[in-house]
Amino acid sequence: MKYELVAGFETHVELATDTKIFCSCTTQFGGEPNTHCCPICIGLPGTLPKLNKKVVEYAIRAGLATNCEIAEISKMDRKNYCYPDLPKAYQISQYDKPLCEHGYIQLSNGRKIRILRIHIEEDAGKLVHRRGDTLVDYNRGGVPLIEIVTEPDFRSVDEAKEYVEKLQNIMRYIGVSDCKMQEGSMRCDVNISVRPEGSEKLGTRTEIKNMNSITFIAKAMEYEYGRQVDLIESGEKVIQETLRYDDATNTTSGMRGKEDANDYRYFRDPDLVTINVPRSLVDEIRESLPELPEEKKERYINELGLPEADALLLTKYRKIAEYFESASEGTKTPKTAANFIIGQIFRTVETESEKEQFDVSVSAENLRELITLLDSGKIRMNLAKSTLDKMLETGKKASELIDEKDMGGLDEGALDELCRQAVENNPKAVSDYLAGKEKAVKAMVGFVMKNSRGKADAALAEQKIIKLVKNS
Amino acid sequence: MSESKIARLHEGLVSKEFSCRELTEKYIEAVNKDNGALNAYVTVTPETALETASIVDDKIARGEEISMLEGIPMTLKDNISTDGIRTTCCSKILEDYTPIYDATVWKILKAQNAVLLGKTNMDEFAMGSSCETSYFGGAKNPHNINHVAGGSSGGVASAVGGNIAVYGLGSDTGGSIRQPASFCGIVGMKPTYGAVSRYGLIAYASSLDQIGPITTSVEDTAVVYDAISQYDTMDSTSQGRKGESVRSTLKNDIKGMKIGIAREYLEGIRDDVRNAVEEAVEVYRSLGAEIVYFDLPSLKYALPVYYIIACAEASSNLGRYDGIRYGYKAQNYRDVNDMVKKTRSTGFGDEVKRRILLGTYVLSSGYYDAYYKKAQNLRGKIVQSFKKAFEVCDVILAPTVPMTAFENGHAVSDPVETYMTDICTVPVNICGLPGISVPCGFDNKGMPIGMQLIGDSFCESKILNAAWQYEKAAGKFKPAGFGVKL
Repeated sequence: MKYELVAGFETHVELATDTKIFCSCTTQFGGEPNTHCCPICIGLPGTLPKLNKKVVEYAIRAGLATNCEIAEISKMDRKNYCYPDLPKAYQISQYDKPLCEHGYIQLSNGRKIRILRIHIEEDAGKLVHRRGDTLVDYNRGGVPLIEIVTEPDFRSVDEAKEYVEKLQNIMRYIGVSDCKMQEGSMRCDVNISVRPEGSEKLGTRTEIKNMNSITFIAKAMEYEYGRQVDLIESGEKVIQETLRYDDATNTTSGMRGKEDANDYRYFRDPDLVTINVPRSLVDEIRESLPELPEEKKERYINELGLPEADALLLTKYRKIAEYFESASEGTKTPKTAANFIIGQIFRTVETESEKEQFDVSVSAENLRELITLLDSGKIRMNLAKSTLDKMLETGKKASELIDEKDMGGLDEGALDELCRQAVENNPKAVSDYLAGKEKAVKAMVGFVMKNSRGKADAALAEQKIIKLVKNS
Repeated sequence: MSESKIARLHEGLVSKEFSCRELTEKYIEAVNKDNGALNAYVTVTPETALETASIVDDKIARGEEISMLEGIPMTLKDNISTDGIRTTCCSKILEDYTPIYDATVWKILKAQNAVLLGKTNMDEFAMGSSCETSYFGGAKNPHNINHVAGGSSGGVASAVGGNIAVYGLGSDTGGSIRQPASFCGIVGMKPTYGAVSRYGLIAYASSLDQIGPITTSVEDTAVVYDAISQYDTMDSTSQGRKGESVRSTLKNDIKGMKIGIAREYLEGIRDDVRNAVEEAVEVYRSLGAEIVYFDLPSLKYALPVYYIIACAEASSNLGRYDGIRYGYKAQNYRDVNDMVKKTRSTGFGDEVKRRILLGTYVLSSGYYDAYYKKAQNLRGKIVQSFKKAFEVCDVILAPTVPMTAFENGHAVSDPVETYMTDICTVPVNICGLPGISVPCGFDNKGMPIGMQLIGDSFCESKILNAAWQYEKAAGKFKPAGFGVKL
């Protein structure tokens, strides 16, 4: 029997606000343990939370960018549980009135992954285990998070991978998070179950917690899919449980058993007032949203005439798209800039964060200058390419690297003269051509290019040479 | 009648009749002499007090103007956070806890050079009606130390009633300012929810808690309330005082003021208490006020609603005392869970554990709807019925407590019976309304009786005005035989 995978995602995204969700401590990653803390975020007796307005705005941004409806009235609730990284013994979160609901993200295969809700909450601290001791660092405690919950709409690992990447790109584009999975600013829990293909009924699901890399997510889902299918095939049952993925062994294992039955005793946090979200604020935020990667890609294809593959590569990171748009501005065809970026500049950025930053040695302005030289016929493609390599190496401008005497096209007379010389100096090529070997003309064009230091227009030279040969 | 002690002392300071140091030393001596009998203070701070006193004396010597509360010796209930001064909530679990920040109310008063004599006794985490759940033993009633001072702000009431502090700040979640004020024959006001910042008040039940003054006269309460009722950005539920200083309208005529009497408030009240309240009604009539009678049937839900909501919130608020970061930590444990369990089992007293368990239960899945949700719905109903009441009257007059101060040991022996005695005070907290208790008589053993005036939200000026007029016409304040003789 064939089995279909059914999965849903809960993704925690750390918001890039300067300060924490309920106090004015910095949200900066790292720092000496317990130095980004104050009486409020370590929950000292008597302290009270005060909601950071920016957090609400960022969450609304995230909601609008994923096609959600934004609640007019929302509130904060307490999720009670006891754990040393949680200094108040409750997490301030949202239970039954999340800020955003009913959105979706569309995948390249046309399927829509429905977003059930996006809510805001505070992050917990971190436990550090050291030589038999457990220490706790509350620097991360109170850092604002949004939790993005999807419906169980995933049917394949590829869909899941694409979703996580898309989500990451969207959040980065709209500036609400850097989504650095390795630093934990984006973490995924996956609910996963299997069912016989064609069946409508959902199978028993397990939840793999806290994964911080797309590769691990894919591996864990594949492993868990296989494990569940094996269980069913051998007549056993899948037990609903929380799992941890171990990348060293590429297996999943039960996480906390007893705590699965946690009763969080949610109730409204009496320390915080109702969140009223005026429609004017929602409109204002909607107005301020940048063009999203999906829209951009479509525009690049339809309006700029770029091939889909190019459009995809150029829109994945906001900085790259901005670079491309700036470099191609006012040039003859955007494709030129696209080719230079994808063909040559991309070689200098390898890691994800380098692509994210896209801090390359050739500025968009300098690339545009190079393209303008090319467009105006002052230099030829070969020279442009080699110049760009030099620019990437040195950080210098094209005009600093190209010799004055190399610049400027060849005037008609000089070209005619060179073509005449080419014919004169290549009798063998002439006779070969006349004997029907059309390719022989290339040798003569090569002569012209070489002797013009690449400044000649190869196509024009070829025309002129053929004319000369035929008339000879 | 009881005149303003604060005003008199302020004049004494300004006119250099006595120095702030002399005044402070007098109070420190009185604390040293009488606190053994009253057990009002759990921490004394004579050095800080004298330091502040010399600052005030310097100011006076330089001819600078001083505010009403400047240099006046006072106290804070031990659940109000004081930077560098231990704040215990009278619990073993916080016995050695010293805050690293000031509660907003203390920040305000400290800036006015209030002279802090020390921190006063209370029921553990403000849970109790007799002060006897305190880890340090209960505060005693200055009118008779065989009786309790009441609770939970028993220490403040005992200190102010026994004149080993001029005034104090308490907190009131279900009557914890008004009830001990009533038991000790003094004045205590629970302001409108949001009028005074809760920042730094160690939470019992966040949606009900409110800080307020305990004093020997209505005017003193007005003075202190004017000082502390400020909007605070640190407390999202804070709104501050609405309108002018309440002291400015304190002495207004109350001719035509409508005093409301809800029959339900007088049911099940001990005869002598009811008689005292009814006599007060006559006083108001003679002052030209109009008496309006009405029914308040939703009042019968107030007590269960209060205990469900207060315990639910407390169960969450007190979750943080786990021995990890501060406070008491159990010794000899196997792992972190065992440590937390043992810390909480041995760090909290019985009453606190009882309320945490009750609160955890009413919030549990499967019981939430039957208890917590129902209580929230009923809370809304009670709020509505009070709103309606204030359509027909300006203030409501009621007893503060159905009886007078319990004898020592009585309250803890029967917790449920003791819960019942909160019947007259809890509705005000449920609705977030202001309420003041004013002395209105004595029982046959000489223990004080208190009456309560309740106002609509942010109408402190009305209840203070009504209270002041009563006090002037028929006030029953009587100094107890302790403390500083002025």
